[in-house]
Amino acid sequence: MSALLEAHGLNLRFGAVPALEDVSIEVHPGEVVAIVGESGSGKTTLLRVLSGMMRPDSGEVRYRDPDGAVHVIHAMGEAALRQLHRTDWGFVHQNPRDGLRMRVSAGGNIGERLMATGARHYGRIRTEATEWLRRVEIDPERIDGMPALFSGGMQQRLQIARTLVTRPRLVFMDEPTGGLDVSVQARLLDLIRALVADLGIAVVIVTHDIAAARLLAHRLLVMRRGQVVEQGLTDRVLDDPQHEYTQLLVASVLAA
Amino acid sequence: MTALGYNFGYLDENTKRMIRRALLKAVAIPGHQVPFGAREMPLPYGWGTGGIAVTASVIGTGDRLKVIDQGADDTTNAVSIRRFFAKVAGVATTESTAEATIIQTRHRIPETRLREGQILVYQVPMPEPLFRLEPRVAETRRMHALADYGLMHVKLYEDIARHGHVAISYNYPVLVGGRYLMSPSPIPAFDNPKMDRMPALQLFGAGREKRIYAVPPYTSVRSLDFEDHPFQPVRADAPCALCGSRESYLDEVLTDDQGGRMFVCSDTDYCNTRQTHREAAE
Ligand SMILES: Nc1ncnc2c1ncn2[C@@H]1O[C@H](COP(=O)(O)OP(=O)(O)O)[C@@H](O)[C@H]1O
Ligand SMILES: [Mg+2]
Ligand SMILES: [Zn+2]
Repeated sequence: MSALLEAHGLNLRFGAVPALEDVSIEVHPGEVVAIVGESGSGKTTLLRVLSGMMRPDSGEVRYRDPDGAVHVIHAMGEAALRQLHRTDWGFVHQNPRDGLRMRVSAGGNIGERLMATGARHYGRIRTEATEWLRRVEIDPERIDGMPALFSGGMQQRLQIARTLVTRPRLVFMDEPTGGLDVSVQARLLDLIRALVADLGIAVVIVTHDIAAARLLAHRLLVMRRGQVVEQGLTDRVLDDPQHEYTQLLVASVLAA
Repeated sequence: MTALGYNFGYLDENTKRMIRRALLKAVAIPGHQVPFGAREMPLPYGWGTGGIAVTASVIGTGDRLKVIDQGADDTTNAVSIRRFFAKVAGVATTESTAEATIIQTRHRIPETRLREGQILVYQVPMPEPLFRLEPRVAETRRMHALADYGLMHVKLYEDIARHGHVAISYNYPVLVGGRYLMSPSPIPAFDNPKMDRMPALQLFGAGREKRIYAVPPYTSVRSLDFEDHPFQPVRADAPCALCGSRESYLDEVLTDDQGGRMFVCSDTDYCNTRQTHREAAE
């Protein structure tokens, strides 16, 4: 397996609702894959299944670790999966409150993953946190500030810093710019793009924003009612959409 | 049965067996909290019911029991627990740390070094070291199972960021045997180093939460810290006003209502013994 992450034939139903129907996806090292589609099409469900947070009814997700060993995600023990989540993987939630500790300072939030993986030197944790605040364009003077006092955009940037500090190889992001003002969204997207390119990390990002997908993603998956209706290189899919649903999506962006 | 109609040690044999099984498990997995079922003790929680249940399950006719509360043998709580066991187990009691075979304690470790063969039984109000940081019990269990203790270090980090040092003077969290995060019960952080590789067996009983845990003899007990902010046990910078000790943990006591105060050993047996030796030498 040359891909970093590979899923085949994923199916998941919530009662009568087919949230995933025969979904397959591959993510290669350093690649940004966007999942687009209307609300309720199964994007979040796919992300949760890929990251092992939810079990599919059928299908398999496999991950290749830094040593080249391949793991079947849903067959891994909880301890191993947690270890993966706090080292090699990251997850950026749409709502920063789900990804941050609101009663812990910005520095403590960034330091948590370092400490969880064995960092025991306060001064070095501090230096690293300062450096990451700078990288996500938060004034390092606010290192001891509480995230509750940060703006929505700052909270989201802090969540990104906290996730990237251990330099994961694969990061899942669920609508990281959702719920933010348009101008704030643009700045955050630029930041994500720069960091991802700089660190060479692979990203699976869910968005319903076609423009964001075009800016960030190498490849695009279009979902509708639990199915992947079209996938391919971002420019190809958006400039020459084959499926009529994709054509509709692209047309609606152009019209707006 | 004793003459008074109690079973030896008050608890019935089934309950004692159940607690002993939990104790064996606890000794086998140092620092790991083991649940136990027990009948209610004749004392309200907060009076050391967990410690009493443990003592009742390990005590035998040949034992000599010492009970301390905040280091003192003569507080109401210590006296009533000692009387309780003298009555229901007919055992000898003592105030001497060196002579005791079992020491039940609340909030202190004796200053006199414990030796092999002795058992130190701690009364524990809250066994879960993570409960302030993570209120969900299922989640704290998962954290213990996976040795996922980053969150406790986050708490220490926050203390240093805010106060310049770790602001925990009691119940300072420890890692036992390099594996389990453990609450040492509300002993002063000053006492933590005494737990490390102690030759005596340390047993912990939490009555309300119905948990038992243990540190077998010579087990490593490390207070959590950072390389550049090492753990520092604090002690008032004064000699004991009664025995002159510069090593013991001190209580500050008021001597009058004019704000007069002095520092004396919290461990009354240690202090008395030192005073007696001093007088003998004079
Ligand atoms: N936990 C759940 N229980 C029941 N239905 C769910 C659950 N999660 C999602 N769904 C349903 O599955 C479908 C896909 O949801 P979701 O993956 O959240 O879509 P998206 O993220 O694309 O908006 C929707 O119809 C949604 O209502
Ligand atoms: Mg969603
Ligand atoms: Zn003294």
